[in-house]
Amino acid sequence: MIYIIIAIVLGIVMIVMSIIAIHHKNITLAILSAGGVSLVASILYLLLAAPDVALTEASIGSGLTTIIFFYVLNKIKKHKHVEE
Amino acid sequence: MLKNSLILILILGFAAIMLSLFLSYTPSEDLKGVSKHYAEYGKEEVGAANLVSAVVVTYRGFDTLGEVTILFLTASVIGFFLKVNHSKDDENTAVKKYSEILGTSAKILIPLMVLLGVYVFINGHLTPGGGFQGGAIIASAFVLMFIALPQRKISHKVLSAVESFSGLSYVLIGVLGIILAAGFLDNQILSLGTFGSVLSAGAIPLIYILIGLKVGTELTGIISNLKELQNEQ
Repeated sequence: MIYIIIAIVLGIVMIVMSIIAIHHKNITLAILSAGGVSLVASILYLLLAAPDVALTEASIGSGLTTIIFFYVLNKIKKHKHVEE
Repeated sequence: MLKNSLILILILGFAAIMLSLFLSYTPSEDLKGVSKHYAEYGKEEVGAANLVSAVVVTYRGFDTLGEVTILFLTASVIGFFLKVNHSKDDENTAVKKYSEILGTSAKILIPLMVLLGVYVFINGHLTPGGGFQGGAIIASAFVLMFIALPQRKISHKVLSAVESFSGLSYVLIGVLGIILAAGFLDNQILSLGTFGSVLSAGAIPLIYILIGLKVGTELTGIISNLKELQNEQ
């Protein structure tokens, strides 16, 4: 029972974070919350007894992908700056 | 407005389909078909305590080789299209000063993270995780190094040498399986050993070490390419 409650709370957090990731004007916050969705998803995988998938999701989904997004964002900002 | 209502109707239709799937779902009580075979004979045939590893490396080893190939292609395509100019690295020595807390804690954390990654892929046949997970954890450690200690560099030659060596050895172990054992990527080219010890399950630890090194170096290479791209104008 306690697991179901935790899972529902985590699901709500995931939905809120994904809405922030899509609609927020501040791109940095959007990227961070997209990484947060992956982090919460990895906890959910752990609750669903799939630690293998949880490890992959935590390190690739919330770690490496977020960093790649930040590097690309930085590059795009630099390009805009040069063009102006 | 029309567009939004169309989207709403689509989402509602999708929800209706999913709801009917959810209501008609009954969990199956026993395993069937291939999964039953894996669960019953996996211990004797493969000798891995972690059944997921047994399936991923031995029963479905060819799929894993395909996944590793896809990752290799991704890393090569990124490296090809980014066209990083490695000779310019020395000119851009002016790096941003990192935060003192991040730098100090990174120096302690990076070796521990690499150790955790190595632990995960060496024990891939005993505990959850394996080559992909261990490699991704090692790559995360190097990403932390890129962020916290930007003056440290990783040699691309070492990365590509380790990557090529492990990829080639993986395929060679697979071919050895044809010669010495039942088929491609069969793990019984080495003895199965005692069930549950680190040196058991035939070639699975060896294959997982190679996959871990390959995935770790590939992901590190991708991030390293992107990082060096930041210096260029």
